[in-house]
Amino acid sequence: MNDLDFPILSAIVLLPAAAAAVVALLPKNRPDVIRLVGFLAALAVGVLTVVLAFAFDAGDAAYQFVSQHNWIEDLGVSWIVGVDGISLFLVVLTGVLFPIALIGPKVHRDVKSYTAWMLVLEAGCLGSFLSLDLFVFFLFFEVTLVPMYFIIGGWGYDNRVYASIKFFLYTLFGSAFMLVGMLALVYLSAKGKPVTFDVRELAERGTLAESTARWLFLAFTAAFAVKIPLFPVHTWLPDAHTEAPTAGSVILAGVLLKLGTYGILRFAVTLFPAAAVDLAPLLLTLATIGIIYGALVATVQKDLKRLVAYSSVAHLGFIVLGTFALTNQGVAGGVLQMVNHGLSTGALFLLVGMIYERRHTRQISELNGLQKSMPVMAAVFTVVMLSSVGLPGLNGFVGEFLILIGTFITHRWWAVVATAGVILAALYLLWAYQRVFHGTPTGDNVGLPDMTWRERAVMAPLVVLIVFLGVYPKPVLDRINPSVEALVSRIEKATDHRQPAVATRHEVDGE
Amino acid sequence: MIPLLAQSTTIPPLDTPNVEYSAMLPALILIGGAMLLLVAVSVVRRRPPWLWTAITVATGGATMAASLVLWFDVRDEGARRIVADALVVDGFAVFFMVLVSVTVILGALLATPYLDKEGFGGPEFYVLMLLSASGAVVMASANDLIVLFLGLEILSIALYVLAGFNPRRMESREAAMKYFVLGAFSSALFLYGVALVYGATGSTNLGVIRAFLASNLAPNGGVLLGGAALILVGLGFKVAVVPFHTWTPDVYQGSPSPATGFMAAAAKAAGFAGLLRVFFSTFSTLRLDWRPAVFAIAVVTLLVGSVLAVVQTDIKRMLAYSSISHAGYVMIGLQAASKEGIAGSLFYLLAYTFMVLGSFAVVTTVGRKGGDANHDLSAYKGLAARRPALALAFTVLLLSQAGVPFTTGFLAKFYVISAAVQSRSYALALIGMLSAVIAAFFYLRITVLMYAQPDDAGEGVRRLAVPAATGIVVAVAAAFTVAFGLVPSPMIHFARQATLLL
Repeated sequence: MNDLDFPILSAIVLLPAAAAAVVALLPKNRPDVIRLVGFLAALAVGVLTVVLAFAFDAGDAAYQFVSQHNWIEDLGVSWIVGVDGISLFLVVLTGVLFPIALIGPKVHRDVKSYTAWMLVLEAGCLGSFLSLDLFVFFLFFEVTLVPMYFIIGGWGYDNRVYASIKFFLYTLFGSAFMLVGMLALVYLSAKGKPVTFDVRELAERGTLAESTARWLFLAFTAAFAVKIPLFPVHTWLPDAHTEAPTAGSVILAGVLLKLGTYGILRFAVTLFPAAAVDLAPLLLTLATIGIIYGALVATVQKDLKRLVAYSSVAHLGFIVLGTFALTNQGVAGGVLQMVNHGLSTGALFLLVGMIYERRHTRQISELNGLQKSMPVMAAVFTVVMLSSVGLPGLNGFVGEFLILIGTFITHRWWAVVATAGVILAALYLLWAYQRVFHGTPTGDNVGLPDMTWRERAVMAPLVVLIVFLGVYPKPVLDRINPSVEALVSRIEKATDHRQPAVATRHEVDGE
Repeated sequence: MIPLLAQSTTIPPLDTPNVEYSAMLPALILIGGAMLLLVAVSVVRRRPPWLWTAITVATGGATMAASLVLWFDVRDEGARRIVADALVVDGFAVFFMVLVSVTVILGALLATPYLDKEGFGGPEFYVLMLLSASGAVVMASANDLIVLFLGLEILSIALYVLAGFNPRRMESREAAMKYFVLGAFSSALFLYGVALVYGATGSTNLGVIRAFLASNLAPNGGVLLGGAALILVGLGFKVAVVPFHTWTPDVYQGSPSPATGFMAAAAKAAGFAGLLRVFFSTFSTLRLDWRPAVFAIAVVTLLVGSVLAVVQTDIKRMLAYSSISHAGYVMIGLQAASKEGIAGSLFYLLAYTFMVLGSFAVVTTVGRKGGDANHDLSAYKGLAARRPALALAFTVLLLSQAGVPFTTGFLAKFYVISAAVQSRSYALALIGMLSAVIAAFFYLRITVLMYAQPDDAGEGVRRLAVPAATGIVVAVAAAFTVAFGLVPSPMIHFARQATLLL
């Protein structure tokens, strides 16, 4: 199946890292050159990820394009990269969002360090999504903190230092549990066999006592719950999002949060299927609380960016909900929704950033009637907002619908409560839109310049993808589904969890 | 009996042990270097300022070369017990010899600009450093509690003087006094412990004690345990674990910065060399007794070290508490009581040596006026704007100490935590990781300051000269930290082999 001759996955991870090194060597006083180099590197990575998506064999559930090299033999650590339906589109999403984030928002100071950190961040994110070695995953998962910390702390808004340290410490706190859990897993499941961090091998070994597996599941989930962030460890997120520069918010919401949901799926659920089934009600409940709570808090926000940040809490709650429904639709919807959220929330942050560039405020009360002077901006905002609300025909609907169906057939009441979150999303977003864009502009809101061609070019790919995924998600779902189905059937094999017959596709196919 | 006595009319020749000088070469070179400096100062008339540094660095280099030769010897032919079993040359000892020679080389480079600026022309600083290092080497290869004590005293007495090397600074004198009084006290406790162990086992030789404990159901168990406890206290003082740490912040703050850097690296390494060997190897049959004690010490050390570091406003005090918390991680490796744990501890000490020397090199530079005029954290505000390379290197060192991936600091933590998990000490592993989160806060605080905009009138806008020697130390430390963070296998291998040859 691997019809590409060169190690595309390793290249995808290492290219941005190498580009960061190149940027670090460029002269500081040529910001234009630096921006161009950074953008081209990110664009090249983006092209590679798209090539990957096309070369990907849609019918195959297993890891593809796997390449493996020994790294730290003494510790049993190898460089193993591979991609399957679950990680494929997260990789593509990362590849698409980074060039946009690099070229879109303006950078006010020290373009060189900024660009270098962004590229390091890209390498960290891609490394996390592609690593099949637990140790290497952990390295990348942790190392993303450093560039993000510097980006928030160096280029953020007034309260950036507080926000960046809070972000760093919260995530580190969660990872502490994961590191210990990961080591315990590796040694407990070794049982005389050589120690390995290879996820594929660890998933096969699976010889843990029930209670041990449950503890380890919780240890892994602790790390990912902070990253997602799941209620009640979400409090770093509004601060980090609000204080981060626009590109930082885009990447944070678009990609970094997905490390959490991806990690849950790839590691916590895959490695401890029985514990995942047992503890699913707990996670479903937290996710549902997150959906409702995030939506309610978003409704009352005065700051547009904070509103979008809280909406992320709600949206990520949906993804976790779908994941722990443990049905084909739920999990596939969760994976798809990761991509959708990355596109729509990333776009929302870009738009809020553009408004801030013009008005130097994000307070909803100070904005009004923007539609008059910025019709194009209003149009784009409408599309993106409706995608976030989950309007049929746009991408958000497909993901949320699958999640809710998938959850309904196994955990009815959670799905019922969560559906209220969809309505609340419409409430807070439409209300915010109404206050910001409708009415007659007053004061500084009069005569603002509309989106420039550059801004339109930046938003165009996102809007195209939002519409495309809403109208024709089939090529994406075709690639996601086999891996998801393999995962769910693995869980069914390992436990007495059974998804209802309506959830399995092959029966329909068999008709 | 009496007729027998009467028969022996001639006194038998005194049975002197065979001294294998070649195997003692590292210690001899260090002492020889110190002597050479003392001779040179009275013989050489034209003394360029770099002469003492050059001799010291050359001595350190020669020590390292001799140690590496020994390393391959030991690897091929196994450990050797020399000088009537008083010393042992095994992988473990040689590992520390290499570590100490690194400390000597970097410490000498660190001291040079300081001594220049403070106007100490003579070679005394270097002499004391080399003598102290020779004590460390003796401790690392001691196979007898008495020899261990000897090494401990050689190491410590030189360090007491180094701590008070700048008599013009009140704090320096105070540091020397505190270090000396408490150090002497702890040495006494150590010696008392040795006496008790001797009383319980009938020997001070580590090999004999080990054999005795292996074949006897410890008679006088209380005396033996009391002795072991006192030895733990005595060495625990040297490596600064809680609750024997109270001297650390004052002495680190008061001592001349280069002396602090050297002390933090050498004393910690030597103390742990003794601690790991005595407890892991000699008292291995007592591990059920000492593991809980080490567990408790590790927990309080980790927590006290990182929590108290958070509230410091003086960088040297902060690094003092941070070095306390590092000692806690090395203790995690000991608590694991396995070869993996000891290898983890060794790797940790290796990573720590470079991180701490590099950090104190930065502190010496930013401290201005010789290196001790300004240690307030505010001195670091805006450093990145003035000295981007220095700030970047310091950031690397701090992030490594915080345990960020792709640095030796991360792998060191990973290694000891992994050993703890393997020994089923889950609680300790978790506490270790959580205290790393607390510790990350104060490392980040400094990076935040460095990358903040400098105040118009603050320290950040004043010119800051980085002497070449200091620059080398910082660069070497940062390069080591990153290079072996990316490709750790050689160093892990080194630490592993050192324990296999224990």
